[in-house]
Amino acid sequence: MILAATHYVDWAVFMIAAVIVLTGAFGVILSENPVHSALSLVMTLFGVAVLFVEQEAHFLAAVQVIVYAGAIVVLFLFVIMLLGVDKHENIWAEPLRGQRPVAIGLAGMTLVELLLLVRFQGSWATGVSSDAGPASGAGTNVEKLASVIFTRYLLAFEVTSVLLVIAVVGAVVLARKPKQAETES
Amino acid sequence: MTVSGGAYLALAALLFSIGAVGLLIRRNVLVMFMCVELMLNAVNLTFVTFARMLDDIGGQAVVFFVLVVAAAEVVVGLGIIVAIFRRRAGATADDLHILKG
Repeated sequence: MILAATHYVDWAVFMIAAVIVLTGAFGVILSENPVHSALSLVMTLFGVAVLFVEQEAHFLAAVQVIVYAGAIVVLFLFVIMLLGVDKHENIWAEPLRGQRPVAIGLAGMTLVELLLLVRFQGSWATGVSSDAGPASGAGTNVEKLASVIFTRYLLAFEVTSVLLVIAVVGAVVLARKPKQAETES
Repeated sequence: MTVSGGAYLALAALLFSIGAVGLLIRRNVLVMFMCVELMLNAVNLTFVTFARMLDDIGGQAVVFFVLVVAAAEVVVGLGIIVAIFRRRAGATADDLHILKG
C-alpha cells in the first residue's frame, strides 16, 4: 500500500516537472522579448533540477540551480540589458521562405528517431558499465560523485580548471574595446 | 526507481527537439544561444537517467563536466556577441555574412 502511494507521488512529481520543463522550453522559443525567453529558461532549468532530485542526483541538482539558473541566466540578462536588445521582435516574419517548415520537419524527424530508439532499443552499445562505480548503495550521492571525480576523473577535473581560466581571459579580451576604435571615435 | 527511465528519455528527446527547432527558426543570436542551453540540458537529463538505469556514477560525473564546459562556452559566446553588437547594433544571425565568399 505504501509502495503504491510513493509510486503515485513519483509519477505526480515527474508529470509536474515535465509540464514545467516543456512550458519553459516553448516559452524560450516563442517569446517575442529576449528577457521573457531568459525567464522561461530559468523555469526549464528548475524543472530539470527537480528531475535530477527525482533520480537521486542531489549534487547535480544543486549545481544546476546555482550555476545555470543563478550564474548563466543572470549573465544572459546582463548581456541583454547591456546591449539594449530587450524589445519585442516579430518572430512570425519569415526571412527565408520555406525554412521554418523544413526546420520543424527535421526536428520532428529527430524526435521520432529518438523516441523509436527509446522504445525499441534492444541492447546497449557495449553492455559494459564504466569502472566509475555504482550510483546506488551505501553513502551519499555527493560522497560517491566526489570520490569518482577526485580519483578516476582527476586529470579531467584539473583540465576543466585550465579551461575556465582560458574562458575568463578570452571573455575579457573579446569584450574589451579595441584601441583603434577608441581613437577613431 | 518507480518512474521508468523511458519516460525520462522521452522527455529529454522532446526537450532536445524543441531546442533544435528554436535554434533553427529564431534569428536573435541571444535566443539561439538559449536554445543551445536547452539542448545541453536535455542531454544532461539523458546522462543522469542512464546513470540511474545502468547504476553507474560515471554518468553523473560526465554531467558535472558538461556543466563546467557549458559555463565556459556561455562566457566566451556572450563575449563574442557583445563584440559583434558593438560593431553593428541590432544585428541578427542573418546580418552576419561578412565571411560569405
